[in-house]
Amino acid sequence: MKLIKAILRPGKLDEVKRALVDLDIVGMTAFEVRGFGRQKGQVERYRATEFKVDFLPKVMVEVVVDDEKLDAALATIQQAAQTGEIGDGKIFVLPVENAVRIRTGESGTIAV
Amino acid sequence: MISNPRQGGGPSALATFDRFRQGVLAGVQQPQLKRYGVLLLAAGAGLLPLMAGSAHAALQKVPTDGADTLLMLMGSALVLLMTPGLAFFYGGFTRAKNVLNTMMMSFFLMGLIGVVWVVIGYSLSFDTGFGSPFIGGLGQMWLNGVGGPLGDAPLADGFAISGSSFALFQGMFAIITPALISGALVERINFKAWFWFSLLWSIFIYCPMAKMVWGGGYIGPFGELGVIDFAGGTVVHIAAGVAALVSAAIVGPRSTYPDQLRPPHNVPFILLGAGLLWFGWFGFNGASYFAAKGAGFSFMATSVAASMAMLTWCLIEWFRDGKPTAVGAATGAVAGLVGITPAAGFVYMPQAIIIGAVVAVGCYLAVQVKAAIKFDDSLDAFMVHGVGGTIGALLTGLLAVPALVPADYFPKSAEILASSGNLGLFIAHCKAVLISYGFVGLGTAVILWILGATIGLRVSPQDESRGLDYVAHGEEAYDPMNS
Repeated sequence: MKLIKAILRPGKLDEVKRALVDLDIVGMTAFEVRGFGRQKGQVERYRATEFKVDFLPKVMVEVVVDDEKLDAALATIQQAAQTGEIGDGKIFVLPVENAVRIRTGESGTIAV
Repeated sequence: MISNPRQGGGPSALATFDRFRQGVLAGVQQPQLKRYGVLLLAAGAGLLPLMAGSAHAALQKVPTDGADTLLMLMGSALVLLMTPGLAFFYGGFTRAKNVLNTMMMSFFLMGLIGVVWVVIGYSLSFDTGFGSPFIGGLGQMWLNGVGGPLGDAPLADGFAISGSSFALFQGMFAIITPALISGALVERINFKAWFWFSLLWSIFIYCPMAKMVWGGGYIGPFGELGVIDFAGGTVVHIAAGVAALVSAAIVGPRSTYPDQLRPPHNVPFILLGAGLLWFGWFGFNGASYFAAKGAGFSFMATSVAASMAMLTWCLIEWFRDGKPTAVGAATGAVAGLVGITPAAGFVYMPQAIIIGAVVAVGCYLAVQVKAAIKFDDSLDAFMVHGVGGTIGALLTGLLAVPALVPADYFPKSAEILASSGNLGLFIAHCKAVLISYGFVGLGTAVILWILGATIGLRVSPQDESRGLDYVAHGEEAYDPMNS
């Protein structure tokens, strides 16, 4: 099992979710997060004061998938979240040791 | 009877008086309207208690009018709503950890000043017991005798509103004026210091200002200067603005200023607050006309000045920065409302539009200057209320329409207008502005020095960093883990 952490533009969440559901990946968790990479921040102006806002709002989606579905999931997320502009986000993949479904106590891949 | 001829006419004495007034107003294009205006404007200038005992032959006893009194009660409710509106307006600008404290600095005064006004504030502002042009008296403490035994007695000769509705209406002004000052002090002042500051400032600064301008005192149309201030350009906005300037200088900047500032935490709050302020300002300015029939113009002037100021502010931003901002629209509207306050019943719509435009430009420039010199008037209380009130007061002198400043209700002002025109009134208004700056500035400094030496003005840097919502009130506005 692998954990996919995808940091996305906030407006891309729905497209990514739909694309993953089409792949039959039906569980995920989304977080409102803030961060910056090469996009850096943005300048906001209130009355006469300018603010350099470094941490821009993003959405992070976490999905745990079977190893055999990993490549398809990564390609799907990458395509669904892409605009081609700086600031599209990043995808990280981490190994997952185990998973437990709380309702039934099942563990391992079946619990995902 | 003077302002509101009722069916069935009146005694012959009143009819005679009415003919006299027609004669006085013969030169006016719309005598009927002006006739209402005369009374209402005088009432708006707060001359009533003085008139009760005055020898002005023009003012006759009239019965209380239901519609006019209802306007005052409705106006009081409108002006009350401005204080929570201001709390939202200010609260939106601060950091999330200080929003409750910021809002409480306004909201709490509905409690504190609401009581102070009834106990002693009204009496100090509008009683004549001390016989002084600078302070009222103690004869109407607890609103003793105000409105007669049933609360329905007319306020004074020549005025058809009840005394009790007038006292309530004025109380709402007394509440919001110190609340305006809080914009200069948010995110660092100790709430205990704020409690005592509001209390002392209200009694020793606000009440004398109200007396001098509206209570028949030194500055107003029956006093030495003959200044006209429709709804509080000097009493409310210059007073609050100058107090904000002085207190921001004495209390000092926030520890995060200017390098670690954060943008406003909730811009929708700012728009909500500005909307409530505009709504409430219909009471503040509009109901200051003191009679229902003729109040249309003061309502209209108030609104159109705010519209023009919002438009002006946004257009300046659009040209300079490429984008009109929501915060700019809200700020511009408030600046326009401030600017038209002293003039609302003394001008027609073209002058109201001019005032809206000029005050928006003036306040916009003031805000730029403040940012450039890095002075921490945190929420621009002086830059909007002080500067806007000053511009409004001066423009009222320049633009007041003589027909709307009749001699029987504004003897000194009308005399100035007749002898030396608007320029003469402008000079009188300059003097009033200087006196207000001096009195309020000095008085505010003294109060703050006393409080600074006794209970201290600021919270500790650690508390400032923790956030005043928790430090001062033990509460947090937003707690996502417990929602």
